[in-house]
Amino acid sequence: MRAPDLIRFARDAATGSPLRTSLLVLAVAIGVAAVVVLTALGDGARRYVVNEFSSIGSNLVIVLPGRSETGGFNPANAITSTPRDLTVEDARALLRGTAIRRLAPLAIGTSEISVGGKLREVIVAGTTSQFIEVRRLSLAQGRFLSDEDWGRGSAETVIGAKIRDELFGSEPALGKLVRIGDRRCRIIGVLAASGQGLGMNSDELVIVPVALAQAMFNSNTLFRILVEARNREAIPAAKAQAEEILKLRHDGELDVTVITQDGVLATFDRLLGVLTLGVAGIAAISMAVAGILVMNVMLVSVAQRTAEIGLLKALGATGSTIRMAFLAEATMLSLAGAVVGFVLGQAGAALIRHLYPTFPAYPPTWAVLAGLVTALASGILFGVAPARRAAALDPVQALSKR
Amino acid sequence: MSAAQIELRGIERVFRLGDSEVHALRHLDVSIAPGEYVAVMGPSGSGKSTLLNLLGLLDRPDAGVYLLEGRDVTTLSPEEQARVRSERIGFVFQSFHLVPRLTAAENIALPMMLAGIPPRERADRVARALKDYGLENRAGHRPDQLSGGQRQRVAIARATIMRPAVILADEPTGNLDRATGEEVIRLLEQLNGGGVTVIIVTHDPVLGGHARRQLLMEDGALRHDSALEGAAQ
Repeated sequence: MRAPDLIRFARDAATGSPLRTSLLVLAVAIGVAAVVVLTALGDGARRYVVNEFSSIGSNLVIVLPGRSETGGFNPANAITSTPRDLTVEDARALLRGTAIRRLAPLAIGTSEISVGGKLREVIVAGTTSQFIEVRRLSLAQGRFLSDEDWGRGSAETVIGAKIRDELFGSEPALGKLVRIGDRRCRIIGVLAASGQGLGMNSDELVIVPVALAQAMFNSNTLFRILVEARNREAIPAAKAQAEEILKLRHDGELDVTVITQDGVLATFDRLLGVLTLGVAGIAAISMAVAGILVMNVMLVSVAQRTAEIGLLKALGATGSTIRMAFLAEATMLSLAGAVVGFVLGQAGAALIRHLYPTFPAYPPTWAVLAGLVTALASGILFGVAPARRAAALDPVQALSKR
Repeated sequence: MSAAQIELRGIERVFRLGDSEVHALRHLDVSIAPGEYVAVMGPSGSGKSTLLNLLGLLDRPDAGVYLLEGRDVTTLSPEEQARVRSERIGFVFQSFHLVPRLTAAENIALPMMLAGIPPRERADRVARALKDYGLENRAGHRPDQLSGGQRQRVAIARATIMRPAVILADEPTGNLDRATGEEVIRLLEQLNGGGVTVIIVTHDPVLGGHARRQLLMEDGALRHDSALEGAAQ
C-alpha cells in the first residue's frame, strides 16, 4: 500500500466516526495544552522573580548581620552567642575594598510622618547619598541626600511617590517641612514611582541620612550594607573582600552573611525551575491518560471494524498493511490533538499575559517540544496494541461478524 | 483434467468447540480446471463455506495439500498468501461487505489500493469497471445510497478489478430478490464466459443448476460430483 493511500485511508477511517475522533483529539489536546499553560505559569513565575531581582540593582552584594549557615562549635560562640552589630564604621571600612565601587549602609525602622494634620506610618530608610545609584532608583523631583559626612545626619528627607501623593496631593512637596517621628525634616526630593522592588516598595519609602535614622531609632546598628561591585566579574572578589574586612573588624569572627544577587537569583531560579518541572510532570500525567484513551478508542475502533478488517484481508491486505493503517490512524489522531493542544495552550498563555501584563507567562521551548513529542509518542505507543490486534484477527471469523 | 487450476488432496479441517471436535471437512479430494463453473451445494453445516474459505486462503487445512496453479499454497507464509489472494482470487460475499464510508468507486478501487497500484491506473480501471457494470452514475454514492443489486454489482466489480483467475462467491444472491439475484448470476456467468473460474456456494438448487458442475457436500464430505458422474457415464 502506497504511503499517500495509507494516509488517506487512515484519515477517512478517522473522519468516518466524527464524535469518537473529536473526543480523542480533544483528550490529547487538553494534555498538550495543560503542559503548555502550566509550564508557562511556572516559567513565568521564575522570570517574574528574576526580573524583580534584577530591578533591585545589578552587581549587588548584600551584607547582613548574623550568620545564616550553621558552623561547627566555635569557642567564641560559647561566650557571645549574639553576633556583633553591623555598624556605619563597618560600612565605611568596606570602602577600602578594591573590587567595591560604591556602597550604601541601610538602617530600617518604622515611624510616623506627619504634615498639616495628615499622619501615616512609614518605613524609614536611613542611608547615604550613593543609595540611589546602588539601588538604581530615580528621582521625580529635587535631589537626593547630600554627599556629607555619614555621621552628620542633616535634617533632610527624600520621600516616595505614593507618600507624596497622600500627604500633599496636588500641592508642591519640595522644600516643605515634615515631621518624621520627633524630627523635623525638609523634603529635598521625591522618588520616581516605580511600583517594583521586592520586600521594600520604594513608593512608600521615606529616606533620611543614616545618622538621623539611627538617632531616631536610638540604635547604631545597620539592617544591611548594600555593596556594588565594580563589574559583574568583580562580584566574587567584592564578596571575599567584604567578608575579609568585616572578619578583621569583628575580632576574626565571620559573623556576617554576605550574599550576592547572583546567589539569590540562582537559588530562586533553581527553585522555580524545579517547580516548573514538577508542574510539567503533573501535566504529563494527563498525557498518559490521553494515551490510554487513544488505546481504548483504537481498540473500540478495531472491534467496530472487525468485518472491514476481514474484508481487507480477503482483498489481499497483509497483516503489516493493516497494522500500518491503524498505527497511521492513531498517529494522525495524536498529531491532530498535539497541534490543537499547542494552539490552545499558546492561546491560554497569551490570555494570561493579557490579563496580567506584568507576568511573563511564556511557555519554555523545551516544555512545548516535550509536550508535543510525548503526545505523539504516547499516541503511537498506545496505538501499537490495537493495531496488532487488528492485524492478528482471523479473517474467517472477522468476515462472519456483521 | 491434467492441468488442474485447483487441486485439493486429502483435505481435513477440524474445529474444536469445547470438548467436542467437529469435522468441517473430511478427506476431501477435488480438482477444478481453469474456466470451470462450479456450484458447491449442500445443507447448512455441510462444510461448503469452510471449503470456500480454504480455497480463498482465508483458512488453513489441518491436513492435506492444496495446489493452486500447481503451487502448494498451504505452506506459504501469511504475507505470501495475502499476495495470492490479492492477485489470483476475487471474493463475492452474501452480505456484500462494502466499506460503508467509501464510495462505490473507492470500494472498487480498494484491492488495487492495497496492492499499491498507482492512482492513475486505478482511476482508469475503476472507470472501465463502472461502465462494464452499469454503475457510471453511481460512482460517487456510498453503499447506503445503493440498492442491493447495485451493491452486489459493486462487490463483483471489486472482486474482478485485479483480474483474478478464480472468483469465489458465497451465497451471492442470498440477500437479493430473485430478479436481481438472476442479474447477478448472469454477471458471474459472463465472467466465466471470459475464462475466469467461478465457484459459487449456494443452497439454492435452481441457482446450482445453472452451473456446469455441481459439488454436493454433506457432513464435510463430498457426496456427489457431477463431473465424476459425467466421466463415469
